[in-house]
Amino acid sequence: MSEPARPYTLVAELTYRCPLRCVYCSNPLDYGRHRDELDTETWLRVLGEAEDLGVVQLNLTGGEPLVRDDLETIIAEARRLDLYTNLITSGIPLRRERLARFRELGLDNVQISIQDTDAAGSDRIAGRRSFDRKLAIAGWVKELGFPLTLNTVLHRENLDHVADIIALAEQLGADRLELANTQYLGWALPNRAALLPTQAQLTRAREVAAEARRRLRGKMEVLFVTPDYYTDLPKACMDGWGRRFIVLSPAGLVLPCHAAHTLPGLHFDSVRERPLREIWADSAGFNAFRGEGWMPEPCRSCDRRETDFGGCRCQAFHLTGNAAATDPTCHLSPDHGLIETARLTAAAAPPAPFIYRTARRAG
Amino acid sequence: MISTESRPRLAAKARLRFDRKSSRYMLLYPERGLVLNPTAADVLQRCDGLRTVGSIVEELAQQYGHEVPAVEREVMTFLQTMTDRGLVLAEV
Repeated sequence: MSEPARPYTLVAELTYRCPLRCVYCSNPLDYGRHRDELDTETWLRVLGEAEDLGVVQLNLTGGEPLVRDDLETIIAEARRLDLYTNLITSGIPLRRERLARFRELGLDNVQISIQDTDAAGSDRIAGRRSFDRKLAIAGWVKELGFPLTLNTVLHRENLDHVADIIALAEQLGADRLELANTQYLGWALPNRAALLPTQAQLTRAREVAAEARRRLRGKMEVLFVTPDYYTDLPKACMDGWGRRFIVLSPAGLVLPCHAAHTLPGLHFDSVRERPLREIWADSAGFNAFRGEGWMPEPCRSCDRRETDFGGCRCQAFHLTGNAAATDPTCHLSPDHGLIETARLTAAAAPPAPFIYRTARRAG
Repeated sequence: MISTESRPRLAAKARLRFDRKSSRYMLLYPERGLVLNPTAADVLQRCDGLRTVGSIVEELAQQYGHEVPAVEREVMTFLQTMTDRGLVLAEV
């Protein structure tokens, strides 16, 4: 295989620990097994190795990155390396002094999630009282001069509130609003019946977002990410496997996406054992789905194969049992019926009870 | 709208970074980045909230040895795109 493309973004999952219990958490179901977190020294080394490989963007995420008490040291090193650093956080637990310190150390952007437009709806998704606190913290972010990204994960319980979410983002002075529909992996998959919206909900919300995008042009960037289940064409998941992104799991596994280590039969290397450059170029897991050699029909001869790179491998595995299958969200997939059935169920079914994220689940 | 009187500056979320790999400047912002051609980099490096668009155009016309009207058209079009994308703020 030729020299792999250059990675631009390192997604640093600093921990799987989190005080919230969101029902669509993208961490693996068995995250409770992965307790052995990388130490500060290793993170600092990896940031340098990543920058040397070409990485310019750093997302500090988790779990909840704030639970690590070495976040200050990591931010300072990222700034020294001139990485654009984005803290992706629930805002819990955070004191104003600590946020001010992050600003001094050179953190570039803060992304805060809110789950809905009122405390009852938001706290119900998060499994913990947190909404009012999040609004206060979003206020601090702006007062301290940071750019603010507000992120709301959308699903059947809040899709009809998109206009109110946009109004709240404007009120908070957000520079960027991510309206990201739930993707049905991690904890969202067992909660799919409770979360999957109807086509009508989605169409309305998309129109509201498009109108806001026009109105707020130049002031607030409004992104609307459609769930794969309603696109009929797969997404270029992670811009293609092992092309632009490196995800580093809390324990040090180097992954092409945050769920790749839930795929059976793939070997991923740890930064504890090999330098990042070698892993990016040679790791069996990274090379498994690079390029087109792995593709089955109808992908292999499809005009879109360089557009979507075959879609999402995790979705393929978790729905069909085969990670190398065509992404079932594609209307050409022999397994597309699984998606159509899920949509019909969403349209017909009464809401199912939630399964909250917990470390006690074995997977 | 951008005018020659505007005093453009980078939005809070945007930051310039020199990229050793491509020997180009990049404009980085949350989750994204643009690789800039040399002219775009020259323009954005001068977007300090103090200079007017008019003075940026004059500086660059002189630096490149080009006519002012041609440089002005190019700079205005570029800055309008950047303000529409929220990456540059233009106050008069």
